[in-house]
Amino acid sequence: MKFIDEYRQPALIQRNLAELRQAITQRWVIMDVCGGQTHSLLRHGLEAALEDVLELVHGPGCPVCVTPAEAIDAAAELARRPNVIVASFGDMLRVPGQRGSLLQARAEGAKIRIVYSPMDAVELAASQPDQQIVFFGVGFETTVPATALALLHARQRRLTNFSLLVSHVRVEPAMRAVMQSAETRVQGFLAAGHVCTVTGYEHYHSFVAKFSVPVVVTGFEPLDLINGLFECVQSLEKGQPRLSNQYERSVSPTGNLRAQRLMEQVYEIVDAPWRGFGRIAGGGLAIRPEFREFDARVRFQLADAVCSPDGDCRSKEVMLGVIKPPECPLFGNRCTPETPVGAPMVSSEGACSAYYRYSRSNEVTS
Amino acid sequence: MKNVEIDVTALSCPIPVETEHQRITLGYGEGGYLTRKFIRERLLPRFDNPTLRQLGDAAILNIDSRRIVFTTDCYTVTPLFFPGGDIGKLAVFGTVNDLAVSGAIPRWLSLSLVIEEGLAWKTLDRVLDSIQAAAASACVMIVTGDTKVVPRGAVDQLFITTSGIGELEATAPPGPELLRDDDVLIASGPIGCHGASILCAREHLEFDPIPTSDCADVTAPLVALQRAGVAPRAIRDATRGGIAAILQEWAESSRRSCVIEETLIPLNAEVRSLCELLGLDPLHLANEGTFVLATAPQLVEPTMKILHQHAVSSRATVIGKITPRRVAPVMVVRGIGREVVLDEPIGAPLPRIC
Repeated sequence: MKFIDEYRQPALIQRNLAELRQAITQRWVIMDVCGGQTHSLLRHGLEAALEDVLELVHGPGCPVCVTPAEAIDAAAELARRPNVIVASFGDMLRVPGQRGSLLQARAEGAKIRIVYSPMDAVELAASQPDQQIVFFGVGFETTVPATALALLHARQRRLTNFSLLVSHVRVEPAMRAVMQSAETRVQGFLAAGHVCTVTGYEHYHSFVAKFSVPVVVTGFEPLDLINGLFECVQSLEKGQPRLSNQYERSVSPTGNLRAQRLMEQVYEIVDAPWRGFGRIAGGGLAIRPEFREFDARVRFQLADAVCSPDGDCRSKEVMLGVIKPPECPLFGNRCTPETPVGAPMVSSEGACSAYYRYSRSNEVTS
Repeated sequence: MKNVEIDVTALSCPIPVETEHQRITLGYGEGGYLTRKFIRERLLPRFDNPTLRQLGDAAILNIDSRRIVFTTDCYTVTPLFFPGGDIGKLAVFGTVNDLAVSGAIPRWLSLSLVIEEGLAWKTLDRVLDSIQAAAASACVMIVTGDTKVVPRGAVDQLFITTSGIGELEATAPPGPELLRDDDVLIASGPIGCHGASILCAREHLEFDPIPTSDCADVTAPLVALQRAGVAPRAIRDATRGGIAAILQEWAESSRRSCVIEETLIPLNAEVRSLCELLGLDPLHLANEGTFVLATAPQLVEPTMKILHQHAVSSRATVIGKITPRRVAPVMVVRGIGREVVLDEPIGAPLPRIC
């Protein structure tokens, strides 16, 4: 399969892995920012293959995980109202809010549909004019252009029964939050390749300059990750933090300008609550006032999402790279993928969930 | 904390842990972890008996010194017709296969239909024709049945239940409890075809070529193995929950681990593309004419020879082996040659957002 097989060749992976190990003289702490990278590092056994020489930590890069529980509760509450249907991506449905997940809400009769694209929700609105269709829009900059496009289509088609419940988040402010934390140990970043496909990576120049850490835009296949780590390590070993792009086959310096224009047309940057992390300055997007008629929070008079604190869960330290998931006292006992407590456990892309699935026995205990 | 951008009063969100939710969700019917939990926690304690406790695809009953194999299955599928099959063909072959993997020659089926008011006669006839053709090809007779018509909305078009009775050919496979270290795991053909086909048909995903279901009768190669005296130690058809669910169960029953090699797993290109694009693992996708067997190392060669003589198992492949217990029940050797724990989904495979 093109674009996959060439990045999973065992011989090449082994060779590059050996080169990477040779290049390392001290145990650097490197954070991958995207949940997809975390998943791939564990799934392909790369973290285990490097754990004696590198410390890999996993940032807050799962947009499903960091969606505030209150936003999920709001979506479920909307879906219970008469003549309202909530549509969302499949993996959002399993994530628990404070009052259960959307799947559970659906089992109780709430009207919730899985769609594969926000445009499907627009079509649903067109075909069911007597129903209010709310698309629950989550995700990083990767999914933002699609929800922006859906809104613009709905407006063009004069659909008065389509709206967006938005919980979009932005990657770079979260990386800033990691570096600004007093506890941070992160010395280098693998930046999220898919997000950079949309945003480009030029905006990371100031990040690298400000925090003096290397940032390598990196893909998701085993070879991508090894090569991304190699560039990051080289930069650290030379003591010259720099910005580089390992994922050239997908990411250009300026990114997808058309997608960026769509994003900017529909959304404005706001401070946003991240589940398990707290409020991040510039960490989210809100629908611009000129499109407020398509904002479900306005249409249905919902309160803004907040994030309330929790005692035992150490998910914030996990997402800051301060501790590894198994160091949290709840990990694997009170907090499992089936009954998650912390944000990184709620979706399969979260760091805690990935650790749970790949590093311990997951058999049923009878 | 020097940080000014994080609101430190809002460190994290609480998620009250409700371990027991009030209502059942779809995940409990998907054949994976939640289904096993449901069976263990709610069914076995109530109905426990030595036959049920086996949790096989079918029950082996001793009636007047004859050994009868009995099974039942209900079928719901949306859409009713999909590339490679339909609910009727599925309802016959699914039950036939449960008997066949239990070592039986399928003989008789019951057929119960729950039909939604308003279903087109043309649709119903098409399904019944398909049942007729499948039953004829599998040499089973439909000997009893029931029909209910329920108000619109009470079922989705048509639900079918078939129960099946077969006669044990020689002996039943010893079963997964008796698996030994170094026993070899064989998949009878490319995996995940049915699950991929249904997903595409249900969600209108336009892949080209479109994945086709493997819906088929697997009796012939299994009977041939028995008659040749190379009976496997354990056989299962890899329906809901996919190959992963079976390996999970076998590892638990035998208190060993199943270790498989990713590169050996037979996979059609279109299924692989779909899985890579949607972030699914083919090991979790359903099959309807593909089985897994475990056999002693010295029987691998004759077993493969026989499997390859039958169309339904002509692409049978060794995928791994039984080993002493590892850190987890099922391990996959991935790209760089390391054993990695096989991820198990909670509930239905849902496509990921990014």
